[in-house]
Parts: sequence; C-alpha cells; structure tokens
Amino acid sequence: MWFFRCPEITFGEDALGQLALIRGKRAFIVTDPVIEGLGFVTAVQTQLCEAGLESQVFAEVEPDPSLQTVRRGAAQMLAYEPDWIIGLGGGSSMDAAKAMWIHYERPDIDPEAINPFEELGLRQKARLICIPTTAGTGSEAGYGIVLTDTENARKLTLGSPEATPDIAIVDPYFTAQLPRQVTADTGIDVLTHAIEAYIGSWANDFTDGLCLQAMRLVFKYLPRAVAYGHEDPEAREKMANAATMAGMVLGNSSVALAHALGHSAGALFHQVPHGRITAVFLPYTLQFVANGEAGRFGDMASALLLPSRDETEAADSVVTAVFQLLDQLGLPGSLKAAGIPEDQFAEMLPLMVEHVEVDANLLMSPRIPHTAEIEKLLQYAYNGRAVDF
Amino acid sequence: MGVPFATEAWIKALQEELNKSEGYREAAKTWEGDFYFVVTAGDGIPQDVYMYMDLWHGECREAIEVGDPSAKDPAFVMSAPVDVWRKVVEKKIDPIKGLMTRQLKLKGNMMKIMKAPKAAIELVECTTRIDTDWPA
Repeated sequence: MWFFRCPEITFGEDALGQLALIRGKRAFIVTDPVIEGLGFVTAVQTQLCEAGLESQVFAEVEPDPSLQTVRRGAAQMLAYEPDWIIGLGGGSSMDAAKAMWIHYERPDIDPEAINPFEELGLRQKARLICIPTTAGTGSEAGYGIVLTDTENARKLTLGSPEATPDIAIVDPYFTAQLPRQVTADTGIDVLTHAIEAYIGSWANDFTDGLCLQAMRLVFKYLPRAVAYGHEDPEAREKMANAATMAGMVLGNSSVALAHALGHSAGALFHQVPHGRITAVFLPYTLQFVANGEAGRFGDMASALLLPSRDETEAADSVVTAVFQLLDQLGLPGSLKAAGIPEDQFAEMLPLMVEHVEVDANLLMSPRIPHTAEIEKLLQYAYNGRAVDF
Repeated sequence: MGVPFATEAWIKALQEELNKSEGYREAAKTWEGDFYFVVTAGDGIPQDVYMYMDLWHGECREAIEVGDPSAKDPAFVMSAPVDVWRKVVEKKIDPIKGLMTRQLKLKGNMMKIMKAPKAAIELVECTTRIDTDWPA
C-alpha cells in the first residue's frame, strides 16, 4: 500500500483570484524581502482583503532557510494566531512556511525533529496555502521541507505528509518576469525531480504519468522560457504547471541520488543555487544507475522521443539529452564549471561524503552507492568525467 | 531447515550476519542505540515476542529473546505483526515506507533514526541472508 496526496490546485492565468474566495479571519504570509519588493505581497493581500481577511507579513526568509528563521517566524505566528498561512515565494519561503506552521500548531516539536513517521495532528489552528513565484521547486504540491542547519553546514531533509499544502495557487503572473538565470536554475530542478522520481524506488503508477509529462514540458518549454521570458507566456505557464506536477511526485514518489549529492554539496557551496548544483549531478547519477542496469530508461527515452532500441541506448540518449539541455540553458555540466574551486572541493570532500550518507534520499536510488562510490561520484561530477563504474 | 522467525535463534543469526557484514559495519560505524524488535501476537505467534539487539558502532554486542519486556530499556522499539516483518525481510516493503504507512511502529528518537538511513538498509540486507522459517 502507498498513498497519493496533493493539494487542491488552481492553475493558469488569474488563478490568484481564487484567494478571494477563501473563508477565514487572519492570514500570515511567509515570504522573502525580494518578493515583497516586487509587489507580490500586495497582490496577495488585495485578494485577502476581498475575502475579508486581515493579514500579517513575515518577509525575512533567506535562501536555504535556517532553523533560526523558522523559530523566529513561528514565534510571530503564535502571537498573531492566523487561521490561514500563506507561503509565497520560491521553495525557501514555502518550506519555511510549512516548518513554521508545524511549530505553530505543535510548539512542543523542534523543527529539526519534523519527520514523516509521527502524527502531528495539524489543522487544529490553521491551513496552508502555497503560491510559488518560481517554476520551480514544486514545494507548493509536496510535503518536503528543506532547512539548513547553519551551525553544522548541513541541509536537513524533513517533512510530514500532513504538511502537504491544502491549496496551491499556480499563477504564471508570478513567474512572468523571472530573470533568465533564475528561470534556468529553478526550471532545471523540475527536470531533476521528474527524472529522479520516475527511476527511483518509490515510483508508482500514479506518479509515472506526472513524471513523464513534466519531463516533456521541461524539454519543450524551458529553453523558450529562458530565451524569451515574459514574451512567451505559454512557456511560462507550461513551466509553472510542470513544476507543480513534479512537486506532486516528490512526496508520492521521491527524489534520489542526485538530490542527496546536491544537498550535501549545496550546503557547503552556497554560491551555487540548489537547482543548478543538483542538475550537475543528474547525468552522472543516471550514468551510475544505468551502469548497474537499474532504472527505467527505455520508457523515459520513448516518452521524450529519443533513441531507445534497448536500455543501454535509452540511458545514453537520456544522459546526452540532459547534458545538451544544460548546455542550451547556459548551465554547468560539472562542479568545476559551476565555479567551485578545486582546493575547497578537495577540502570539503570527506564532509560531503558524510552528509550524503545520512541523506534519506540516497535510499531511493535504484542503485545505492557505497561510501567509496559516493566519493567517486562527487569527484567525477567535479571533473566532468563520465561515470565508468 | 531454516531458522524459525521470532525466536532467540533467529535474532542470534541476525547478530552473526551483522557482525560479519562489512557493509553494515561501515554504514553503522557511528550508531549507538539498542532495539526491541517486537513481533506482535497473531498469525501463528501466540503472544508478543521481544527480540533485543544492542547495536554499537557497527557491531551487535548482544542479541537475545526477552521474556519480560521490562528486562531491558532500549532506545528504540520497533513493532509489527509477522506478515509485515516478512515483507520487510523479503524486501517487499522498505522500512521507511513501512514506518510512513504505520505498518511498522517505532518509538524512540526519530531524529536519530532519520540520520542513519544506510544503516537501516544494511540491517535489512543482513536479515535477507538468514534462511528464515516463517510461522504457518
């Protein structure tokens, strides 16, 4: 047995108007200062006013939100007592909103202890709406929460199925003006989610279709979204939908090895955004999986209209297509090309290996690497060397 | 002839497998914590069976069946009926999914468990190497 959970999703042009129909008293908006400066908070508050709700804003979420930020926001939430919480922004704001919500409802639980094995009993005080402003992490549709333990330079992969948002509002208005680089960095994350969830050990009939469709949308529309931005509203809308679809598969299947490697490296090399650094690892981890005769490359390659006479050709096709897409988007194909200095990489290598080994996503890979293989994967991804083991 | 499940012989067989497993030793090298693995009554098991394991830095220091559950105070208690344990051992369900679907129940420090996913997988791997006789 397994589950399939997702929020009620309102998507497409003018989806934000759905916010004017909610019932409640007070909404607590969790976001970051950039989003506030863009006027997006005002747009949300206008709809909340229409619905008769008061609102308060916490606009202090940083990229890779910390436990400290979560505790600070939760304290304000406890004082304000909202019945709706709105995570507005990229993955950082939405994940922070989920963690703050849990602490608001269960102050007895330390944010670091959030896990999917224990019942939390949420929704006694509030419900959660997520509104993504990138396309994207997919956090609006899943229950994962990625926080950073700044003291130990470690990413915490947390989550609880109860933290799946009640409502996701996926309005391309918010992504229309995304800068080119952000479009590329966040858009490629959609592909990594979709591919990993498709080949991962938790893949199932319900997530397979979403994964394949998200992959198709990324290959077709992400280059357009990067190249033409707001001048291509169709590409913007399709990428917003793809991101949410890939987000739906995150909790119902799972990401895997590329994310375990990306989390460990990303926690130490903050200068490389999550989507970009994880995407660097994607083709190398696919090579690793294919070399172990694991993975379902035939179906994937067929869905993407790539050569696929057998699994070997299919795997080669998919890996090549990923590298080509990275290149087309101006994204690096190695950690070295991502600008990580060699001496720093060498110094951090043992710590990265250690962090990968405690990342639960590692276990979702159809081929789980040993410690020595983890180190080799990191090195091969650094140097841009094809995986041969 | 195999080793009957939910017996001291079985838990000692698992101890032997763990202690000769390089994979488990490496994955659990920092682990400190003892367990009750409880097979709940039903399906050929007349009463709850408590199997105790003391796991320490990649080694199993003690493995016994305990008649009185108050005899030990382990850091973790994992319990399930025999059919669920069988699915775990036969890798038809992974332990994380088992916990998330509440088929496996776990008491203890969840944060600590979440930091040791590889050790959990290697432990399960060791169970698969035992020729287990399951209750009829």
